[in-house]
Amino acid sequence: MNTDPLLTVSNFSVVYDVDPPVEAVSDVSFTLNRGEILGLAGESGCGKTSLAYGVQRLLKPPAVIPQGSAIFHDESGTDVDMNALSEEEMRRFRWDKASMVFQGAMSSLNPVTKIGKQLADVFTTHRPGMSRAERTRECGDLLDLVGVGRDRLKSYPHELSGGMRQRVMIAMALALKPQLMIMDEPTTALDVLVQREILQQISELRTQFGFSVVFITHDLPLLLEISDRIAIMLQGEIVELDTAANIYHHAQHEYTRKLLGSFPSLTGERGGFVYGRSDDTVAAGAVTGGATS
Amino acid sequence: MRFFLRRTAFYLFTAWAAITINFFLPRMLKGDPVNAYLAKNQGRVSPEAADSLRILFGLNTDKSLWQQYVEYWGLLLHGDLGLSFSKGLAPVTEVIAAGLPWTIGLVGIATILSFFLGTSLGAVIGWRRGSRADAIVPVATFLSTVPYFWMALIAIAVFSVSLGWFPASHAYSKGVVPNWSWDFVGDVIHHGTLPALTIVVASLGGWILGMRNMMMTVLDEDYVTVAQAKGLSPRRVLTHYASRNAVLPQLSSFALSLGFIVGGTLVMELVFSYPGVGKQLLDATNAKDYPLMQGLFLVITLAVLVANILADVAHAALDPRTRMTEA
Amino acid sequence: MTSTTSPATSEDSTTDPATPDPAPPSRPAKTKRSKAGSAFAMFRNGKSLTGLIILGFFTLVAIFGDVLAPYEPRAQDPEAYGAQAPSMAHLLGTTNMGEDILSQLIYGTRGVLVVGFLSGIIAMIVAVLVGVTAGYVAGWKSESLSAITNVFLVLPALPLMIIVASNYESPSLFLIAAVLALTGWAWGARVLRAQTMSLRNRDFVQAARANGEKLYRIITVEMLPNLTAIIASSFVGTVTAAVLGLTTLAFIGIIPITNLNWGTILFWAQQNGAFPDAWWWYIPAGLCIALLGMALSLINFGIDEYVNPRLRSAGERARAMRKKGYKASSGVTTVANRPDLHGSTPGAPGSSVIAELHEDPLETEAEDEETISTGWPRRSS
Repeated sequence: MNTDPLLTVSNFSVVYDVDPPVEAVSDVSFTLNRGEILGLAGESGCGKTSLAYGVQRLLKPPAVIPQGSAIFHDESGTDVDMNALSEEEMRRFRWDKASMVFQGAMSSLNPVTKIGKQLADVFTTHRPGMSRAERTRECGDLLDLVGVGRDRLKSYPHELSGGMRQRVMIAMALALKPQLMIMDEPTTALDVLVQREILQQISELRTQFGFSVVFITHDLPLLLEISDRIAIMLQGEIVELDTAANIYHHAQHEYTRKLLGSFPSLTGERGGFVYGRSDDTVAAGAVTGGATS
Repeated sequence: MRFFLRRTAFYLFTAWAAITINFFLPRMLKGDPVNAYLAKNQGRVSPEAADSLRILFGLNTDKSLWQQYVEYWGLLLHGDLGLSFSKGLAPVTEVIAAGLPWTIGLVGIATILSFFLGTSLGAVIGWRRGSRADAIVPVATFLSTVPYFWMALIAIAVFSVSLGWFPASHAYSKGVVPNWSWDFVGDVIHHGTLPALTIVVASLGGWILGMRNMMMTVLDEDYVTVAQAKGLSPRRVLTHYASRNAVLPQLSSFALSLGFIVGGTLVMELVFSYPGVGKQLLDATNAKDYPLMQGLFLVITLAVLVANILADVAHAALDPRTRMTEA
Repeated sequence: MTSTTSPATSEDSTTDPATPDPAPPSRPAKTKRSKAGSAFAMFRNGKSLTGLIILGFFTLVAIFGDVLAPYEPRAQDPEAYGAQAPSMAHLLGTTNMGEDILSQLIYGTRGVLVVGFLSGIIAMIVAVLVGVTAGYVAGWKSESLSAITNVFLVLPALPLMIIVASNYESPSLFLIAAVLALTGWAWGARVLRAQTMSLRNRDFVQAARANGEKLYRIITVEMLPNLTAIIASSFVGTVTAAVLGLTTLAFIGIIPITNLNWGTILFWAQQNGAFPDAWWWYIPAGLCIALLGMALSLINFGIDEYVNPRLRSAGERARAMRKKGYKASSGVTTVANRPDLHGSTPGAPGSSVIAELHEDPLETEAEDEETISTGWPRRSS
C-alpha cells in the first residue's frame, strides 16, 4: 500500500451554530493516501457524514468550520488548502478534484431532467471547451463504464431501477476523473445482490483509475471486506484508525470491539461475530485491500 | 398514454357537465321572461328563432325533458345559442364573438405577465431566503388580499381622474371605428394599460408567495445539494434544478385559480367599462337577457376548461413523471 | 397515537413526492388535555396569533355592533348632508345622504362575518364528506366523486353566483352563504381526497384495518386528527373567498342592499360619485376587507408553517443565520475562526439536531404520494 498522501486533515472541527451549538466533528486528524479506500464507520450521529461533507465544505448554514485544515495534495504537485478557497474557487475545485456519490439516488437525481443532461452539465460547467458531440460521447462512455448503457442517456430518473440510479450517480462522480471520491452510504438502500455488484464495480474502477475512496457506512463488516484502512468514529472523534485486518484481529478501542461484536453471526454461537467461519477468509479479503468475492 | 386518455375523459366529462348544467339553469330560474318577451315581440321574431329560443329555455313543455335535452344539444352543435334580447335580437354567438377577443386579449396578457413576473420574483426571493428581499413578503401578502375592485377604483381615482395619465374606461376612444392602424392599436394599448396594470398588481402577490414557498421547500431537496456539490454555478442550480421543480405546483395552482381569474375579469370590466364578455354578462343580467346570459355562462365555462387543459399540458410537458402516473 | 400530519407543501400541487417527517421519539400516552392542546398547536406561532387577534377584533365589533355604533347605519343626519369629511360628530365622515360611515362599517362587519363563516362551515362539511370519502374508498366510487369535484372546480364561481343570485329578489343570508359555499367547497375536497389517500396507505391505518376497527372509527379516530390542519386551512381559505365574493357581489349590485356589508358601502360610494374626492367613504371599507383578508391569510400561513416544518424553520432560521453573518443560500460552508464554538457539547449519538440536519438514510426514501397543499389558491379578484 503506497503512502503517498492525497488529503491531510488536521484538527478539523465542524460545529452547528444553533442554540446551543452542537459540535458534530471534534478535532479530527487523519491522512488519506493516494489510491486508498478508507472506510468511515460509526453509528448515526457520530459525525461521519458531517466530516465527509465538511471537508468538502458542502454543509449548509448553520454549519461552520471553526478550526482545522484540509490540505489536498494535487497530483500536479500543488497543495490546495480547501478551507482557504473562495466560493468560486471551491466551485471549480468540486467534482474536478474530489467528487461525491450520495445516498438515496432517487432523491439525488433531478426528477425532471434527463440523465444525459444531468451528466452533461458537469462538462458544461467544468470543461467549457468541449463540443456537444464530445460531451454526448463522453456521457455515453461513462454510462457504458458503469454498466447502465448509453441508450439510457435519454431516460428520466424515475424510469430506472434503484441499482441503476446508483450506478448513474457513480458515473456522474467519475465524469471528470477526480482523484478522490467520497461515497456516502451508496449501497444502503439497495438489496444485497445489487449491493455486491456495485461494490465490485467501485473496486474495479478504483483499480482502473487510481482514485482514492472515502466510504461512509454504518455497515462495518462491509468495510472490513473492501477497505484498506478503517476509521471508527464516535461522538465526533476518530477513536480508532487502522488497517482492516488489524481492526478485525486486534481492535484496540472499547467501542470498536463493541461495534464488531454487535453484528450477529449466521453460524456459530449466539453473540459471536462471524464465529465459526474461517477467520482467514475474511481477513484475507481485508488484507488484499479490495472486494474479493 | 393512459394518462392522456384519463385526462381527456375527464375534460370531456366536465364539458358535458357544464353544458348540462347550462341546460338546467334557465329551467331553474323563476318566471318566464322568454315567453313574455316572445309575446310582446310577436312580429319581430321569426318562427325558427322563436323555436330555438323555446328549445334553449325549455319552454316546449309538450316535449319530454329528454327530448328537450337532445334538441338542445342539436342547437349547440349548430352554433345556435339563441338571440339576444338586449342587443336587438342579434344572435348570441355574434354578440359573444364581439366581446371575447377583448377579454382574452387583456386578461390573457395581464395574467401571463403576472404569472411570469410573480414566479420569477418568488424564485429569487425564495433562493435568497433570509435576506433583505424577504421584506417583500408582507407586501405581497397584503396585495393578495386587497379586494380587486377597490384597488381598481383607487387606481382610476389616482391615475385617471387626478393625474389624467390614462383613460378611465372603455377599450378605445369614443367614436373610433376598430381597425388595424397603428393609431388604433396605440389607442387600445393606452386604454388597456390601467386595467392590465391593476390585474397584474392584484395577482402578483399570490404568485410571489406561492413560488417562494415552493422554492424554500425544494431547496432542501437532495438534488439541489448534489447540484451544488457538482460545482455548478448558482444560477444554473437556481434555474435548472430548483425552479424547474418548484414551478410545477405553481402551474397546478394556476390552473386551479382560473375560475377565480374569471371573477376578477368580471369586476375589472365592470369598473373600467371594458367591452369584454364579463361586462356583457353583467349587462345581460341587469337586462334579464336570458339567452345572452346562458350563452355567456357556457362560453366562459368552456374557456376556463380550455385554459385548464393548456395548463395541464404545460404541466405534463414539464414533469415527466406525470406521464407515467396519474394525478 | 402520534399526531404527525402528513407533510405538505404550501401551494397547490399534484405530483411532487412528499418526504415523511422524521418519526418522533415515542412518547407516553397523552392526556386528553394535551391532545386538545396539540390540536391547536398550529395556531401557536406568531403569524397565526396575529391573524387570530385581528379576526377576534372584527368578531367583537360584529357582536357588539349595536353598542359600538354611534348611529343607525341608514339614519340620515340632515346637518351632515353631502358627503362630509370626518369630524368630531362623524369620525369617518358621512355619505351624501348624511349617513354615518363609521356606523355603516360597524354594522357591515356583521354581514360580512356571518355570511363568511356560514359559507365556510357549509363548504367545510361538504368538502370533508366528499373529500375524505373519495380518498378512503377506492376504484370507481372514488373516481366519480373526484370527477364531480373537478367539475365544480372548473365552473367559474362569479358568473354562477351572479346568475343564481340575480334570480332571487331578496336572498336570505343563508342562501347567499349556500351559493358561495357551492362554488368554494371543491377545492378543499380535492386536497382532502389527496391527503386521505396518502393517509390510507400509512402504516397506522393499515394496522387499524388489520385489527378490524370499524370504518367510522378509522375515519374519525385515526384519520381525522391528522387531517385537522388541512381542514382548518381549507376552512380559512373558504371564508376568505366568501368574504371577497360577498363584497364583490354587493359591489356589483347583485346582492340587494338589505344585506349591509362593506361591499354595499362601496356600491353606494361608486353610485354616488364618491371617487376620487370623498376618500373617507371608500377607503375605510376597502381597508377593512383587506385587513380581514390579511388576518385570514396570516392564520393560513401559520397553519402552513406548522404543517410543513421546512417553511417554519427555513424562514426563521435563515433570518437568524443572517444575523450571525451566514449567507443562507451559499453552497459553501463557512470557515471562521470561532474559538468560542470549539469544545461545545459534542453531539450525542443519534442527536436529533444532526438527524434533523442530515436526514437518516433509512428514513429518506420518499413516498411517491401526491403532495398535499394547504394554501388557498391565490386569486386575482
